[in-house]
Amino acid sequence: MSNLSNFSLTDLVKGIKKKDFTSLEITKTFVNNSENSTKLNAYITKCFDEAIISAKNFDKKKDYNGLLPGIPIAVKDLFCTKNVKTTAGSKILHNFVPTYESTVTKKLWSEGAFLLGKLNCDEFAMGSSNETSFFGNVTNPFGDKLVPGGSSGGSASALASSLTPVTVGTDTGGSIRQPASFTGTVGLKPTYGRCSRWGIVAFASSLDQAGPMTKTVEDCSLLLQAIAGYDPKDSTSVDIKVDNYNSNLTDKVKDLKIGIPKEYRVENMPSEIDELWKKGMDYLKDAGAIIKNISLPHTMYALPAYYIVAPAEASSNLARYDGVKYGHRSKGSNLIEMYENTRSEGFGDEVKRRILIGTYVLSSGYYDAYYLKAQKVRQLIKNDFDKAFKDVDAILTPSTPSAAFKMGDKKDDPVSMYLNDVFTVPVNLAGLPAISVPSGYDKNKLPLGLQLIGKPFDEQTILNLSLAIQKRANFKRNIKVWWK
Amino acid sequence: MSEKKFDYFIQGKKAKWEVIIGLEVHAQVLSKSKLFSSSPTKFGAEPNTQVSLVDCAFPGMLPVINQFCIEQSVKTGLGLKAKINLNSIFDRKNYFYADLPQGYQISQYKNPIVGEGEVILDMPYGTKKVRIERLHLEQDAGKSIHDIDPDHTFVDLNRSGVALMEIVSKPDLRSPNEVNAYVKKLRAIMRYLGTCDGNMQEGSLRADVNVSVRKLGEKELGTRCEIKNVNSIKFMQMAIEYEAKRQVELLEDNKQIDQETRLFDTKKNTTRSMRSKEDAHDYRYFPDPDLLPLNLEQSLIDKLKKELPELPDEKKERFIKQHHLSAYEANILVSEKEISVIMKK
Repeated sequence: MSNLSNFSLTDLVKGIKKKDFTSLEITKTFVNNSENSTKLNAYITKCFDEAIISAKNFDKKKDYNGLLPGIPIAVKDLFCTKNVKTTAGSKILHNFVPTYESTVTKKLWSEGAFLLGKLNCDEFAMGSSNETSFFGNVTNPFGDKLVPGGSSGGSASALASSLTPVTVGTDTGGSIRQPASFTGTVGLKPTYGRCSRWGIVAFASSLDQAGPMTKTVEDCSLLLQAIAGYDPKDSTSVDIKVDNYNSNLTDKVKDLKIGIPKEYRVENMPSEIDELWKKGMDYLKDAGAIIKNISLPHTMYALPAYYIVAPAEASSNLARYDGVKYGHRSKGSNLIEMYENTRSEGFGDEVKRRILIGTYVLSSGYYDAYYLKAQKVRQLIKNDFDKAFKDVDAILTPSTPSAAFKMGDKKDDPVSMYLNDVFTVPVNLAGLPAISVPSGYDKNKLPLGLQLIGKPFDEQTILNLSLAIQKRANFKRNIKVWWK
Repeated sequence: MSEKKFDYFIQGKKAKWEVIIGLEVHAQVLSKSKLFSSSPTKFGAEPNTQVSLVDCAFPGMLPVINQFCIEQSVKTGLGLKAKINLNSIFDRKNYFYADLPQGYQISQYKNPIVGEGEVILDMPYGTKKVRIERLHLEQDAGKSIHDIDPDHTFVDLNRSGVALMEIVSKPDLRSPNEVNAYVKKLRAIMRYLGTCDGNMQEGSLRADVNVSVRKLGEKELGTRCEIKNVNSIKFMQMAIEYEAKRQVELLEDNKQIDQETRLFDTKKNTTRSMRSKEDAHDYRYFPDPDLLPLNLEQSLIDKLKKELPELPDEKKERFIKQHHLSAYEANILVSEKEISVIMKK
């Protein structure tokens, strides 16, 4: 039997149904890989013993009805998992064990999968390099001292290094797509409202969305199908039928119109990224799609607007971590002092920075100038996309303005760190679906991704286009295992 | 019955003063479950036994609006002859307190569910119209209990998330008696409608009382003080009397009134400063991103309007016409729902 580590989810599901191998064999492979991955620091909580038990139970019952029969999956530690510690990468939740299961992970388990462990991430998903986690930096398997991107950095690293067959992350401003791009994997942020936010530790409620991270586009379609759907427990989830993304998946994209927004040519972007972008257009042209130049004129305002809206919501969402009910509590001689000590000790610098920004922009006297203005800009960005989608079926851009960078490179320069999200953030502000698909390498042999942005709830089209790119780019994850 | 003249003024050393009062009444919505969770709302349960994960703000928990509470507040709005806003928004009011698990209260700030309305009072000197500014929905907080242990505060979250209607009047009330009549009328309307049980001992109805004074004949409103969370009509009246006199004394001594929040001390029958305007919270209101704007169908409003029971004012008119009662007699009969029901039998 060949090494199951390199199998795609699709092949694992196929093989298990054909009884080529058992759930236990799969699980042991990924547990073994994970146990030898300490240097990557991808895990916060390991559930390997429980996973082995689940695999054995699966092999006894052999229920192949779900989409993910007998598949072990490690997930970002932002999803609340029943009786399994859920930290959001923060000291303030370092001891928090939920009594409930998030809707998205519950859907995974109801399709036959089980939990392999909880993956490292930036604290409260705030970061683009996985350097803000209380549980330490995560390393990119493409190189020692290289960041995996963030905030779903543990997920991306674990996936690329085959510690888990697939994973789910969350994306508030690029937290799935940017790490996918940095690790040569596929990451999709669904339309806002496509997946339930119930049971996911909130960062910015109007932007957060869970999504699949996988090795192939086929896997991505399958995993999206498993987690998408309306949830009455989340008032912002939308009651629209979930397509059969996997069986509808096709690379026949002839005559689809692809927009190329001129505003995404940013200064100082490495020429390799521009070339990759052109290659992407060629791939799609080769598949019969039509390339059209478009304009999204308010793109340059997206990042500043995002860094007002997201911290504003975060400052309020994180108020509940006050030491009163659960999580970390520091001592204090009165209530206010207890709050101050708990939150000073419990939150890291980046989280504090964003709470401060958020509190400031919502303060009376500043609300109109910042928060309200940012909401207006958000509407303009949405209008840009609405207008563009009258002429095109999807939009092609690079996923990130650079490949993965060295740890510590941007840590002391928050603005340069934030600039890494310049291509991904507008999508969250507009609530659209977008996918990053690995498409090539830069001169340092680091992976680069292309982003496809779709119309609301049209995940199928961007999956199909990604498949067309995947077939033509013929991307191989050239990872030498150095961390064992 | 001879018509009396309105005669409530504060006679100071130098002048005669008029008292201006506005009320923010917090009325608990009569509903089996809370505003954004399915926890029960029954009064008097053991502490922390009616608390869901949403009510104590666990990570990842999301509010889901209770449609019944929406209908209850629409009915109340109709009972106040008020404008129902088809589009309203839930906002977050941010502040830290141990009995506020989310660190914010979900309330309605700029776009309440109910707009301007009115309440008619029957006073010995004739009828008086009190204008309603708005009615909005919000969550109640939990309860901090300070007197069980000298070193610790206990928190009971049973009340956390219970639906409240905040009914804000214009500064149209002029005496403790009018406040008495207003609160009783409001309570009668809500009891007729079945939207609030009006039980003040259980805290189902309480009010913040805004008081200011001005020299008789003056047009400008004076600086007001807000007396927080008064839970009986008698206390409201006592608080107003004390507060009005305090303000008159200050003004006649050429001192300034500080716009501030005050508390009524039920043991001393006085009010004392709680926090000044400078110390006022900045609540950082913004629309709650976990909830979509609330859009109501006109058909729902029409349906609820049709189903409205006969309210005190209409019943009173009918009693006068059908049973040839005096306005005074009819008023007594309709003032409590229970009495009016006996009359029907």
